[in-house]
Amino acid sequence: MSTTEVATARYSWGGDDHIFVELAEEMSLLAMFRAMAITNRLRDERPDGVLDICPANASYQVRYDPDVIEPRTLLALLQDVEAQVGDATDVALATRVVEIPVLYRDPWTTETLMRFRDRHQDPDVTDIEYAARINDFSSVDEFIAAHSGSPWITSMVGFVAGLPFLYQMVGRERQLVVPKYLRPRTDTPKQTVGHGGCFGCIYSVRGAGGYQMFGITPAPIYDPKQTMPDFEDFMVFFRPADVVRFVPIDRERYDAYLADVEAGTFRITARPVEFHAREFLNDPDGYNRRLLEETP
Amino acid sequence: MTLEVRKPGLSTTVQDAGRNGHYDVGIPPSGALDQYSLLAANQLVGNPAGAAALECVYMGPELVFTEDAVVAVAGASMQPKVDGEERPLWESFPVSAGQVLSFGYLTGGARAYLAVSGGVAVPEVLGSRSTYALGALGGHEGRPLQEGDVLPVGADGASTPGRSVPEQLRSSFSKDVEVRVMMGLYDHRLTEGGRETFLGTTWTLTPTADRIGFRYKGAELETVEREPPFGAGQDPSNIVDAPYPIGSIQVPGSVEPIILHRDAVSGGGYMMIATVLSGDLDVVAQCAPNSRTRFVAVDLDEALAIRAERRKRIDALKEAVGS
Repeated sequence: MSTTEVATARYSWGGDDHIFVELAEEMSLLAMFRAMAITNRLRDERPDGVLDICPANASYQVRYDPDVIEPRTLLALLQDVEAQVGDATDVALATRVVEIPVLYRDPWTTETLMRFRDRHQDPDVTDIEYAARINDFSSVDEFIAAHSGSPWITSMVGFVAGLPFLYQMVGRERQLVVPKYLRPRTDTPKQTVGHGGCFGCIYSVRGAGGYQMFGITPAPIYDPKQTMPDFEDFMVFFRPADVVRFVPIDRERYDAYLADVEAGTFRITARPVEFHAREFLNDPDGYNRRLLEETP
Repeated sequence: MTLEVRKPGLSTTVQDAGRNGHYDVGIPPSGALDQYSLLAANQLVGNPAGAAALECVYMGPELVFTEDAVVAVAGASMQPKVDGEERPLWESFPVSAGQVLSFGYLTGGARAYLAVSGGVAVPEVLGSRSTYALGALGGHEGRPLQEGDVLPVGADGASTPGRSVPEQLRSSFSKDVEVRVMMGLYDHRLTEGGRETFLGTTWTLTPTADRIGFRYKGAELETVEREPPFGAGQDPSNIVDAPYPIGSIQVPGSVEPIILHRDAVSGGGYMMIATVLSGDLDVVAQCAPNSRTRFVAVDLDEALAIRAERRKRIDALKEAVGS
């Protein structure tokens, strides 16, 4: 997999002050690596007039001030960067491996999902039972083992402040795929671990949502008041390219972590790594194993 | 000095010109939905153009002033009153210590901007005083005002009562508006007929019209048949979750288009088919539920010409009001 055919990106004006760039119509790790490589380079160059550089799963956008940088000049610059980056398999991302403890089948998301059964594909079972069945697992436990058994990569941060979109770092045939709710819920507990389409997510704040709900993490991931130790520098924990490992925990452990959160001492376990796209693509499972086992 | 909130109004928030640079982690620009009216109100009281003011939606607050101040209200037609006596819109006027500022009923538009000389001086968060309520960030404690709140006001305000915005530079409000857009993004998901329906329909604004987005009713848009790309989802309106431009118009389920405004969700999995020109977001901001909107497509050069016209209008406003 040393050379890869990459389609030319599709560029579109988003009104008079955004350029939207779709790198691929379908989701893939390659498209995501390209989005990250291009936006990282753009961030380093940061031309005057560029206000926001937003990488997403298989696309990105730039918000800019057209009174400072002429739209067609910026477009040409983005096309240049795309050409320089190429297929992005050489990309090395300075990132982190982050452990997120998860209480699967918790009482809070269960209570919430029961309130919105009329918006669900299968009102007679819970979200995780439904997801296990349509992904051909014989039990919810098997589903949890798959959900927590391979790492995920943060392919986008957003929707609302600090919410990570996560893409499982396995071949397409092993991707967990579930539809979103038929109609979105008006409520989702804070720190719900959810899934929609091929993406996992952690809801950073309480609010509306359409993803299936599997469990909840005690770990705060957004702290606008910046009172907790993980948020001294910035109110958002996740950054694009963070590698996430879900660690199943029981209620006792959950309550212990929650006590730490309330005492202001809780910290998410995270360690820096350099992620090499090519090494990963050559041997995903082997690379994932080394990534997770590597001692600090 | 301070402002004491006696009644909060329907949804009153502190807003300024907005914050840049954090949309990549889902923190949108926020700021006044109608930036022109914010600028006019600030200009009238001698504040810098981007100073923080109060955005008052549908129903204004009641405020007690602890010291003398000069204020101005621009935007939606909601008659300001001092101790019950009417004061003009689009003009600056004094309020004395102990007096109560209140508002009459809304008779046009949707959002009024109250500027106070010195500016509302809540702390800056990420370079802005704007409230982003979904993220509990900025403004006054990250939320709309409540009864009993006390807001700080900057000490170095100018005193410029009696300033006025000339009639031709005041915004006028109608229940039938045209909003200019650039087509694009995922509009190729629509058939030719679907695009014609979008531009040919008179859309009615639903009650879902807040700082995040404005949802419209009117027609269903025809989409092109396809095999869904991996990761997109089954519905014809689904895409692989992508970033949403501010002002982009998405159409979940191919019905009920939503314009994302300045507290936008930053990305998601619904096709966006057009983007409202940045200046016309002011027009959207002043639409109330049941008002009617038609979308008019322009190209980039037309959009830039419209932008230049708007800049001239702002220059004329500054010139006319003084600074």
